[in-house]
Amino acid sequence: MTVSIPENIASTPLSFFQRLTLATGVDTRMMSMVAALVLIWGCFWVIEPNFLTARNFWNLAVQSSVVAIMATGMVLVIVIRHIDLSVGSILGLVSMMAAVLQVQIFTAGAAWSTPVTIICCLFLGTLLGAWQGLWVAYLGVPSFVVTLGGLLVFRGLAWQATKGQTIAPMEDSFQKLIGGGIDGGIGAGPSWVVGVLAMVLVVVFTIIARKRRRRFGFPIKPMAGEIFMLVLRLTMIAGFVYLMNSYPRPGSDVGQGIPKPAIILITVVIIMEFIARMTRFGRYVFAIGGNPEAALLAGINTRRVTVYVFSLMGFLAGLAGLITTARLNAGANSAGELAELSVIAAAVIGGTSLAGGIGTITGAIIGAILMESLRNGMLLIGLPSPLQNVIIGFVLMFAVWADVVYQRRRAA
Amino acid sequence: MTQGPLVEMRNITKRFGGVHAVDNVSVDLYPGEVVGLLGHNGAGKSTLIKMLSGAYPIDSGEIRINGQVAHIASPRDSRGYGIETIYQNLALADNLGAPENLFLGREIMTHWGTVDDVSMELEARKVLHRLNPNFENIKDAVRTMSGGQRQSVAIARAILFNAKILIMDEPTAALGPQETAMVASLIRQLKKEGIGIFLISHDLHDVFDLSDRVAVMKNGKLVGVRRTANVTKDQVLGMIILGKLPEEETASDVASLH
Repeated sequence: MTVSIPENIASTPLSFFQRLTLATGVDTRMMSMVAALVLIWGCFWVIEPNFLTARNFWNLAVQSSVVAIMATGMVLVIVIRHIDLSVGSILGLVSMMAAVLQVQIFTAGAAWSTPVTIICCLFLGTLLGAWQGLWVAYLGVPSFVVTLGGLLVFRGLAWQATKGQTIAPMEDSFQKLIGGGIDGGIGAGPSWVVGVLAMVLVVVFTIIARKRRRRFGFPIKPMAGEIFMLVLRLTMIAGFVYLMNSYPRPGSDVGQGIPKPAIILITVVIIMEFIARMTRFGRYVFAIGGNPEAALLAGINTRRVTVYVFSLMGFLAGLAGLITTARLNAGANSAGELAELSVIAAAVIGGTSLAGGIGTITGAIIGAILMESLRNGMLLIGLPSPLQNVIIGFVLMFAVWADVVYQRRRAA
Repeated sequence: MTQGPLVEMRNITKRFGGVHAVDNVSVDLYPGEVVGLLGHNGAGKSTLIKMLSGAYPIDSGEIRINGQVAHIASPRDSRGYGIETIYQNLALADNLGAPENLFLGREIMTHWGTVDDVSMELEARKVLHRLNPNFENIKDAVRTMSGGQRQSVAIARAILFNAKILIMDEPTAALGPQETAMVASLIRQLKKEGIGIFLISHDLHDVFDLSDRVAVMKNGKLVGVRRTANVTKDQVLGMIILGKLPEEETASDVASLH
């Protein structure tokens, strides 16, 4: 058999962007996302100079974490050709449960209160996800309907738990551990430790990957592109730590450092990237999304994988619920309302295709930062909340439209 | 042939609703033999073969592999018996690259329990280069590949795991003449290695030269099985179109074929 290489590919001079893509391994889609983010930041900065301050970026990091944590799970849900509209309500119910447990049920001030609350809440989130996954995978009800039901049911249950009352305050240890308040950061020193550790890991992984590919004689990226990407990544890490340290704790000149929710997010991203790229489960999620029939014929238990994906989504929504509770220092019935839209938008803006099979965790993080930058900026320039929703709605539609165009152009 | 049959499918029946997609069909396959399974679209060829590959459960009848009754309830069971299938639509996950597709469901793992992409890429390159020496972009998403490359991936997946029984459903439907010749030479090579092959096609000319025997189906029923050496293309055509064995044909039947 011979390969029919279209000859024009070899002879056509590549455009600047094509060459950049080849050299760095970053596709045009990722580049356009980053460009859009920079554009949004620039626009808000022109209108409201306070947007580009360490303080606001610190807040943005905290706000983005909640959406981004859920978006990493939503990527897998959408990749496997489903949708989860209930994540905001799971967040709300878990948040309420955390507050009820700590304030009304557990002994105040007990050392075990915080860990037990966290375990119970994560378990609840996972259980709610698994329950929906069972409906989708084994009863064959479309995920759109199951999770739309979940959206109403879980929100209703959250209200029922306290008849709509807000429950506060949480234990100090809970606040300190998950962060969000005055002690929301890990401090300047530890932040640099984390930053330097991250930089070392990035360098080591780049070298290992390159060596392995060379050892087996596989094609490798040009050296210049590799170094450019490496320097870019290291600069971003250092810049992020510096920025987070530039925001002092209120009433002092000690840097806040990386917010704890962001630390949780970074941990989640590492684990989720690991799951998506390195495990059988992750491989199967993408295979099912690409061709469910082929996955079935390859002997993959597609139903079980579907249940696991929804369970994972539930777990992450539960985690986001804990962070929200810690930030508010209360369980409020309205926590996480409309979060599903931001989460889905983050995943789609980040390059996850609603047709299934395609999506990246990293993309979703950028998508989440983009969505939260919009929200944060609109709040800062004093746009009323209903108008914010108008904008978010349009952004969601625009993102999906861009995906449709992208898919169509690639199919052609 | 001195050995017993590799595969015996006996009195196999499959109904979809009230329709008998496959009705009391018996065929067998010997080591190193190519059996061409012929019939029009909808004759039941694919359904029959999907029961052997574990995609559909059998309603009644039994399958024997090497003389033993085989219980095939899933594609995984079928693979366990050394049966590999190349589906007509290739059954590839378009969003993944060739190595991921080749090892789908049978990934090579590292000691750490993670997927060993490097080893899989290495193995994939080996087997794909055997089929197609110019195949370099194996890590690209399969959807961006040419028809011939996609077919190579599907074939490579089937031969990678030392199959004893190979099912090829319309393997050359999407291929050009050169690639078709390549598949033909591959089939001859696999035959020499003692692999039994079911070759399914609705086009007689695709399989006539490659098959040792032809089995013809029509409307879910087996018309008959003949040694290819003992029949002419016209006679097989008569079986496909008229549903009659060569010895049952009348002169007017044969005339109506032309």
